[in-house]
Amino acid sequence: MAQIRTENVRKEFGSFTAVQSSTFTVEDGEFFMLLGPSGCGKTTTLRMMAGLELPTSGEIYIDGEEVGMKPASQRDIAFVFQMFALYPHMNVRRNISYPLLSQGVAKAEVKSRVAEVARILKIEDILDKPVGGLSGGDRQRVALGRAIVRRPKAFFMDEPLGALDAEFREHMAEELRALHDRMGATTVYVTHDQLEAMQMGDKIVVMNHGVVEQFGKPQQIYDWPATKFVANFIGSPPMNFLEFDGMIGIGGDHVELSGTAVRVPVSRQGAKGKLTLGVRPEHVHFSDRSDFRGRVIATEYLGTTQIVTMATANGVVKARISSNQAITPGEIIGLEFDARTLTVFTEERGQALLSEANEGVLRHG
Amino acid sequence: MAEVVLENVTKTFGTQVALNNVSLTVPHGSFVVLLGPTGAGKTTTLRMVSGLDHPDSGEVYIDGQPMRGLTPAQRNVAMVFQQYSLYPHLTVRQNLEFPLKSPLLKTPPDEIARKVKAIADVLQISHKLDNKATALSGGEMQRVSIGRALVRNPRIYLMDEPLSSLDAKLRADLRIELKRIQADSGATLLYVTHDQIEAMTMATHVGVLHHGKLVQFGSPREVYENPVSVYAATRLGQPRINFLPADLFPAAPRGAVTIGLRPEHIAQGVGEDSLVTRVEHLGDQTRLHLSFRNHDLVTVTDAHTGLRSGDIVKIQPDKPLYFDADGLRLV
Repeated sequence: MAQIRTENVRKEFGSFTAVQSSTFTVEDGEFFMLLGPSGCGKTTTLRMMAGLELPTSGEIYIDGEEVGMKPASQRDIAFVFQMFALYPHMNVRRNISYPLLSQGVAKAEVKSRVAEVARILKIEDILDKPVGGLSGGDRQRVALGRAIVRRPKAFFMDEPLGALDAEFREHMAEELRALHDRMGATTVYVTHDQLEAMQMGDKIVVMNHGVVEQFGKPQQIYDWPATKFVANFIGSPPMNFLEFDGMIGIGGDHVELSGTAVRVPVSRQGAKGKLTLGVRPEHVHFSDRSDFRGRVIATEYLGTTQIVTMATANGVVKARISSNQAITPGEIIGLEFDARTLTVFTEERGQALLSEANEGVLRHG
Repeated sequence: MAEVVLENVTKTFGTQVALNNVSLTVPHGSFVVLLGPTGAGKTTTLRMVSGLDHPDSGEVYIDGQPMRGLTPAQRNVAMVFQQYSLYPHLTVRQNLEFPLKSPLLKTPPDEIARKVKAIADVLQISHKLDNKATALSGGEMQRVSIGRALVRNPRIYLMDEPLSSLDAKLRADLRIELKRIQADSGATLLYVTHDQIEAMTMATHVGVLHHGKLVQFGSPREVYENPVSVYAATRLGQPRINFLPADLFPAAPRGAVTIGLRPEHIAQGVGEDSLVTRVEHLGDQTRLHLSFRNHDLVTVTDAHTGLRSGDIVKIQPDKPLYFDADGLRLV
């Protein structure tokens, strides 16, 4: 079990900077997600934490000990890859025992640890089968078993579910998370799937172009994104962006969208010029009283809810509403936004302005 | 545009029954989505209509005319495959023009230019019109192959998972665009996917396939609210519907073996105690994993719920669906 801390970690490959400067802390026992699009530096960050890649500068601490320049073998961690490799000529039991046998662990000890792992993973009935004929899920479980059996300080996983189809991925995600809850081992997990990150993670780091955009609890990141990138990357559909030219002062509590005043949380910062009002689809409401209008472009049935896409003077807006409400394309609808949930972003770098609503989340990190 | 009818179509490949006596009507001007996992018979159905493959028995009709013995060209259908197929030596523009330049169609040049531009705009590839087809990304190539079908005016469009290779953002945009194009033009479209979001958001009718049989056919709302079987009920809805023994709750009808509860159809705060085993904050909503009399189930609640793992919450079925021993719906 371990706390892992990275401080100003940077990685260059020749003239390319993969990770500019990563600082965050993974607390002991956390399920920690590194989330971002391909090329954002999440895998490089993980590989540096694991010792498979050495940082160009910065420090990595595992339980307070600086390990940045130590190879993986001296960090007492286990790595699970997307393409899990098993020894094809050995049966399941041998595959799981192998890491212990190669460390010279006594036979009786190996036996009891393999039995324990098999019980945790619920694979007791396949221990003596060859790995060749196993289903994808069982192969994944055996690969996990091989990582778990060593009782490492931490687990590192690089898109371990990436190769699975949607239905099975959902199932394995639940299984992995349940396994973590039983064992409580610190786990760092790389994914590009925001839903997977929200669903499984205790905390999330969102990365883009080698930079940590935000770091925090899933719901906090969803509610109070630090940047437009995060607001757009998290959520499906993502946060709506209403572009406008205007201003807001310190203590200001509204912005003007095409002549309509829209209440926002009291601002702690001032800005003017090209600004963006961010609103999540479930916080867009229909109201005949509102002067801010949208023309319906499309409706998408999703069971209990539907997504209504509208064109407004400030850009496209998607609303998530009950599917019992009949809406037809072409209709003109007045829109209101739930004032307590709104974020104003500046144009340059897309930073969120601090407000009474988001400062608690954005100031700490 | 046309109506397509499949009548008692059966197709086997060796010992494998791909389609088992399928009867299906694709109404004129409809957007029919065939939904099912790999091997359910979706693609085989498309190939029967296109003429790329032929039924062992049964008949395919387009506008009342039997299609037996007719080639794909004679049927006048346009097909989009999962794997894009473009002419590599031509530009994007030439690829899109190609179907219109067929000597049979005699399309005037300014009409061709207008159509190509309109389709390129919709598919967000206008800036790549003069690129060689091979100089495109996979997603761009797929958009061109969709475009090549859309510039034509066939009797029916047949599409086999055309969006599956695109990234999430583009897929969401194109779902809306495809549906809009279909609704505006009144085209008949038969579309195959295993993605339930595509089926729910685009279809006028969903056909649920299971082991080569058509088990349900209706609007997305009908299939979602009134599934005919356990299988059909699991095809739509995210997170999946919960299935529990029917006698766990009072008032199960006679013959009911299983109760199906969609996660949003579980009332909270009334009924009997369940234990919260896990809380997942997904942003717009929160998923609660519950243990109820030693059975696991999933429900959804407010995004900012104060509930935590280990809490007790009372639950009660709301809009339960009951199924018999064979997994068929009891109404």
